[in-house]
Amino acid sequence: MSNICKLYRLLLRVDFNPHPIPVTVANFKQFFPRQVVESSGNRWDMLLLPPVLGLIVLLAFAASQMTRPYQVGTPIPLSLDPWVLPYYLLRTTLRMFIALGASLIFSCAFAAIAAKYRAAEKLMIPMLDILQSIPILGFLSITVTGFIALFPGNLLGVECAAIFAIFTSQAWNMAFSLYQSLRTVPPELREAAYIFQLSGWQRFWRLELPFAMPGLLWNMMMSMSGGWFFVVASEAISVSNQNIMLPGMGSYIAMAIEARNLHAIAWAIGGMLVAVLIYDQLFFRPLLAWADKFRFEESNGQNAQESWLLTWLRRTDRIQNVGLKFVALLERSLTFFRRDYDGTSVRARQSTPNPGLIRAWDAIVAAIVLIAAGRLAIFIHSEVGWGEAGYVLLLGFYTLVRVMVLIALSAILWVPIGIWVGMRPRWAGRLQAVAQFMAAFPANLMFPVAVMLIAHWHLNTEIWLSPLMVLGTQWYILFNVIAGASSVPTELRYAAQNLGLSGWLKWRRYLLPAVFPSFVTGAITASGGSWNASIVAEYVTWGDTTLQAHGIGSYIAQMTAQGDFPRIALGIGVMCIYVMGVNNFVWRRLYELAENRMHF
Amino acid sequence: MKTETIVDLKHVGKSFRSADGTARAVLEEVDFTLHEGEIVALLGQSGSGKSTLLRIMAGLIPSDAGDVRYRGQPLYGPARGIAMVFQSFALFPWLTVQQNVELGLEARGIPPDERAARAEKAIELIGLSGFEGALPRELSGGMRQRVGIARALVVEPEVLLMDEAFSALDVLTGERLREDILELWGSGTMPTKAMLVVSHNIEEAVLMADRVLVFASNPGRVRSELRISIPRPRDPNSHGVRTLIDEVYALMTVTRAGRAAEPAIEPSLTDRLPEADVISMEGVLELLAKQPFNGRADLPKLVEESELTDDELLPIANASHMLQLTELAHGDIALTAVGQLYVAGSNALRHELFGKQLLRYVPLAAHIRHSLEQEPSGELREEHFLKLLSDSMDAEEAERVLRVAIEWGRYGEVFEYNYHTGMIHLPEEDVEPPKEETAV
Repeated sequence: MSNICKLYRLLLRVDFNPHPIPVTVANFKQFFPRQVVESSGNRWDMLLLPPVLGLIVLLAFAASQMTRPYQVGTPIPLSLDPWVLPYYLLRTTLRMFIALGASLIFSCAFAAIAAKYRAAEKLMIPMLDILQSIPILGFLSITVTGFIALFPGNLLGVECAAIFAIFTSQAWNMAFSLYQSLRTVPPELREAAYIFQLSGWQRFWRLELPFAMPGLLWNMMMSMSGGWFFVVASEAISVSNQNIMLPGMGSYIAMAIEARNLHAIAWAIGGMLVAVLIYDQLFFRPLLAWADKFRFEESNGQNAQESWLLTWLRRTDRIQNVGLKFVALLERSLTFFRRDYDGTSVRARQSTPNPGLIRAWDAIVAAIVLIAAGRLAIFIHSEVGWGEAGYVLLLGFYTLVRVMVLIALSAILWVPIGIWVGMRPRWAGRLQAVAQFMAAFPANLMFPVAVMLIAHWHLNTEIWLSPLMVLGTQWYILFNVIAGASSVPTELRYAAQNLGLSGWLKWRRYLLPAVFPSFVTGAITASGGSWNASIVAEYVTWGDTTLQAHGIGSYIAQMTAQGDFPRIALGIGVMCIYVMGVNNFVWRRLYELAENRMHF
Repeated sequence: MKTETIVDLKHVGKSFRSADGTARAVLEEVDFTLHEGEIVALLGQSGSGKSTLLRIMAGLIPSDAGDVRYRGQPLYGPARGIAMVFQSFALFPWLTVQQNVELGLEARGIPPDERAARAEKAIELIGLSGFEGALPRELSGGMRQRVGIARALVVEPEVLLMDEAFSALDVLTGERLREDILELWGSGTMPTKAMLVVSHNIEEAVLMADRVLVFASNPGRVRSELRISIPRPRDPNSHGVRTLIDEVYALMTVTRAGRAAEPAIEPSLTDRLPEADVISMEGVLELLAKQPFNGRADLPKLVEESELTDDELLPIANASHMLQLTELAHGDIALTAVGQLYVAGSNALRHELFGKQLLRYVPLAAHIRHSLEQEPSGELREEHFLKLLSDSMDAEEAERVLRVAIEWGRYGEVFEYNYHTGMIHLPEEDVEPPKEETAV
């Protein structure tokens, strides 16, 4: 005790010294991780420098290809030769990353505004809900002509349209996740940020974004697979009387389907597997491992991600320095955007919002909604007719039945398997990664194979097209259940063994309730993805064969192909209603049930 | 001795809006002045608004009524001269110890070199040298709170607010940290000129403070003030300190209108039932009946012997008093005749006695039972009672009170509750007779 006291007195003398201790290199070093300071560094630098430089050159090349001159109407030469696949993959990857970057910026701006202004929030969140359920083709058909007009005589316009289409399949869930994280920042951390006078900018970088990081990354991964799923639609643009194919994976697949070239499809599948693997290893795995430090709960830290690339990068000297430069720049901006006043200044005084104004704003929002609803009703009445609206509702019901039945079927299949795997730690880690990988793989690449089988045996399309909807999304159920089963407390396992639980009783009283929350999480994701996939899955083409099932998805796909705007709008609207209804009446209930009663 | 005023509160009031839109007062007409050179402790049961008051002074929440001034200036938000230490530490888990401590300096735009030097000094001062690069998750609770204190001290605050700063730590760690802080304070060289400590630990408050304010709840207001002039460091076993602790216990266990000694002071339907776990109550009553207490104990001694904390034992004491199993007077607790019978009885008898006392002295329980008996099915939705309670308290508190009533009701076998359906119902064997009636 007295040691501390002495120390304190000693230090205090220094405290009043107007010149603080100069920070030498020696004592500066300790603020960095040991690897940075002590490693000889250059060895790792040498190893990593060539690939890094190579990557930069490749990206620069791909970017230069995006801005070539182009006249609308002239087809771009494309080939089905497997040797062009790496080049196409590069082009597509670049588009994906530009779109991902745009989504990230959009999400930050959106979430920051929505979390800060109540008035904006009331409008923005429902809007996001609607945007989220609009299929990508809807956006593309509206915007493509505008983008082309933006850069006349250049390919960049079409590229922008494609990137925008990918953006619309990525941005919404990222924005929503970030917004939700900002709303759920732990109150005591928020209070600490206020007490220590952090400005809005400082709070965002020091508190809000780090807190939101794990959720945001997770959603980025989901967005990426969403982007792959619609890569055909976004690159082989065939809406609004345009017919443009940009060099890329999507166009390659579209061409292969048109030419009924099964070899090309096989090559595309192979290329895709490699691409997803590279993404996983070079991009998401390092990011996840890095984001591990932003985990908020200290308790559940069993499965920390690891990445060889991140470890490598952390051992480098020069390359890491480039990164640290950016961090330093950001930190300088933190001191620049600071608060100059404290709570005793009149500027800190909160002006209480005028209740009249709030009410007026609510009234305006309500009026906008009413007018929009009225317009929609008139629109449907004059352009489509109520009979068809009813028919579309019926189609929506068909798709609803399909989605629900298939989620149930995949639950029956995957829940026992997931539990079995999850209970075996040796398998769980590996298979979970495989399931995650499968979820990232665009399942629609397998559709041509399915079409051939259906056409060959003349199967009923109403039934046999349906499984395609869950082909890509069932994996969410699997890996969530694996995760849930592997986090069942060991003591509970021992207790179940000790009591000699077996057979149906074991499943009913122990295993199923134990994985229920994680199953619900997986099923929510799977159901959302399946609705989206229905547009692609209920209306499949293979050369000149078109298979079609009755449902809202095929209706939208068909109307988009015809460029019939009123009917696209109607289809999208009905689908939104169904998706929101199911979310509200089924998934939210189940989620609350899981939250309240079935967690450890 | 003339001292400067730092924080001045006059007629401060605060109310929160409950779900149905009615305002509920948390604080009412609070006058308080914090002077230079003093440590003030705020004591009170949960819900007495002491944390709210602390947050008003911190500038985290605005007051609805009255005047809050810091150094003569109105306070609209957190002031630079006021820093706070949190119960849950509130460290940023992604920042290292060093970065956490530097946070307040960075926010002020102090250049990195000076920042690092000052942070290092604070870290050394609080005894964490060598841990600069550690992440909070690598540290134990006691060390985390040291980081929290270093983070507050590094901005050289005039006022240090401590919101139950030691209660998340184990007893020994908490004591050590408290002693360290008092030592820093006593050395007179700390930049801090005043400290305000919110606590539920009576001994802690008495050992630290120059003034102890005891809060009454519903709505929160200062019930009484106690000046302590015993020089620090204070010996917790000295006669002076023990007397003071007794006195505070007596102040804290005054129930409702005032005198605790008189039984049945018009209990009301919407009393806030104390958060007392029945099994712990059983244990405390047994302890009270045994040697060396033989049915009567000094509350601080009972706290020590039962190894419960103040905020665990006080609700139990109040609850057992409410049920007339014990009586409270002047910081002493004694078993009543029924209480003696209860302790001596078998399990079945205990439940029965508890149930009887419950129906007799807790109007809410009696009302629930009465309402259930009128239902042919013998069951009612919990919402009815929640609504009844939320007329006079906010929804969260109503929920809590009903939970306590249900726990007591279950123990006393007066009524039961189904978690899945949210129905309160009569115990099974009581349902049968009305069924036979309807059959006839």
